[in-house]
Amino acid sequence: MTYTLNFAAVWRSFDLLLQGLALSLGLAVVAILAGCVIGLITAFGLVSKSMLLRKPAGLYVTIIRNTPILVLVLFSYFALPELGVRLGKIQSFVLTLAIYSGAYLAEVFRGGLIAVPPGQREAGLAIGLTEMQIRISIIIPLMLRNVLPSLGSTLISLFKDTSLAAAIAVPELTFEARKINVETFRVIETWIVASCLYVATCSLLAALMRAVERRLAVPR
Amino acid sequence: MDLGFIDQLWVARVPLLKGLGVSISISLLAIVVGTVLGIFVGLALTYGYRPIKWLVRGYTDFIRGTPVLVLVLASYYVLSTVGIDLGPFQAGVLALAVFCSSHVGELVRGALQSIPKGQTEAAKAIGLTFPQTFAYVLGPQALRQALPAWVNTAAEMVKASTLLSIIGVGELLLRTQEVISRTFMSLEFYFFAGFLYFVMNYGIERFGRYVERKTAVPS
Repeated sequence: MTYTLNFAAVWRSFDLLLQGLALSLGLAVVAILAGCVIGLITAFGLVSKSMLLRKPAGLYVTIIRNTPILVLVLFSYFALPELGVRLGKIQSFVLTLAIYSGAYLAEVFRGGLIAVPPGQREAGLAIGLTEMQIRISIIIPLMLRNVLPSLGSTLISLFKDTSLAAAIAVPELTFEARKINVETFRVIETWIVASCLYVATCSLLAALMRAVERRLAVPR
Repeated sequence: MDLGFIDQLWVARVPLLKGLGVSISISLLAIVVGTVLGIFVGLALTYGYRPIKWLVRGYTDFIRGTPVLVLVLASYYVLSTVGIDLGPFQAGVLALAVFCSSHVGELVRGALQSIPKGQTEAAKAIGLTFPQTFAYVLGPQALRQALPAWVNTAAEMVKASTLLSIIGVGELLLRTQEVISRTFMSLEFYFFAGFLYFVMNYGIERFGRYVERKTAVPS
C-alpha cells in the first residue's frame, strides 16, 4: 500500500496546534511554579527534626509518586466535585500537576538542602539572623543552584505530562492534534507535526536551562 | 436498588480483576520487550560506529522528547493508517516498549560509560574477544550499576499502562471508569484504583531498595 504524505491540511490548522502548544507550556510553567512552593515546604518537612512534620511530608511524597498521574487527573476532575470542590478543567488540571510535581520537587529540594554545608547556617546565626531569615536569604538560594539541573528535567517531564490534559478535554497540543486528526484524516502528518513540536520545545527548554545553569554557575 | 460501595465493589469484582490482570500484562510485556530493545540501544550508543550511533541518538532523543500519550495515540492511529492492523492492546504495548527502550538505553549507556577503561584494557590484555569482555567483565558491572534505575523504570511502566485506557484497552483504569459510569461512585472507585496502583508501585519501589542493598559493593 502506498501512502502519499500531504501536509496541506495540517498546515491549515497549524495555528490551532500552536495555540495548543502555548497552552501546554503555560500549564507546565504555572504548575512548576506552584509545585516549587509545595515542594519547598514539603522538603523542609522532610528534613525537619520533628516527626510530626517529617511523617506527613513523607506520606504525601510516597503516595503521589506511586500513583499514576492519569488517575490523579481523573480523580481531581471527576471525583473532587463529589466532595464539593468544583473546579474548571484547566484549574483542576493545573492543581493536579502542581501537587504531582510538588512531590517530585520535594525529593529534589531535599537533596539540595542536605548538600548545603551546615557552616552556612552557623554563619547566619553568628551574624544574628533568625532561622527564617537564614532559610530565605542563605539556604534556599544556595540550594536552588545545586538543584538547577534536576529542576530543568522536572520542567521538561512536566511539559510532556501536560499531554494528559487531553483526557479531560483541555485544548492543549495533544487534544488539538487529536481534533485535527479526526477532522482531516491526515493521521500520520498530524502526529509527525505534533511530535516534532513537542521534541523541539523540549530541546529548547533544555537549552534554556543549560544557559541559566551556566550563568548561575559558581565561578571557579 | 441502592447498594453501598462494598456491595458495588463485589458486583464489579470480575471486570476490575480482569483489568488488573491486563494492566499487569501490559507492564510486563512493555518492560521485557523494552529492556531487550534498550540493551541494544545502549550498546549502540556506547560502542556503535558513528553513523549508527547518530541514528540511535536521534531515535532516543526523539522518543524522550515526545510525551508517552502522544506515542500511544500515534502508534494506534498511524499503524492502522499504513495498513498494519494491530489491536489497541498491541499498538499500546508497542508504544510503551519503545518508550521503555529509550529510557533503558540511556541507563545502559550511563552504566557502561561509568566502568573504568582499565577493565576493558585488562580484558584485552588477557586475550578476551569483545563479546567475551562484555559477557564476563562489562555486563555484570553495568547490571549492578543500572539495576536500581531499571526498577524505577519498571514502576514508571506500570503508571504509563494507564494511558492505554485512552485508546480503549480494557485495563484497570478503563474498567474502573466503566464501573463509575454505571454506579456514579467516582470518588470511591478512583480512590480504589489509585490504591491498587499505589500498592503495585510501592511494592516495586521496596523491591528496588532491597535489590540495591543486596547488590551494593561492600565498602
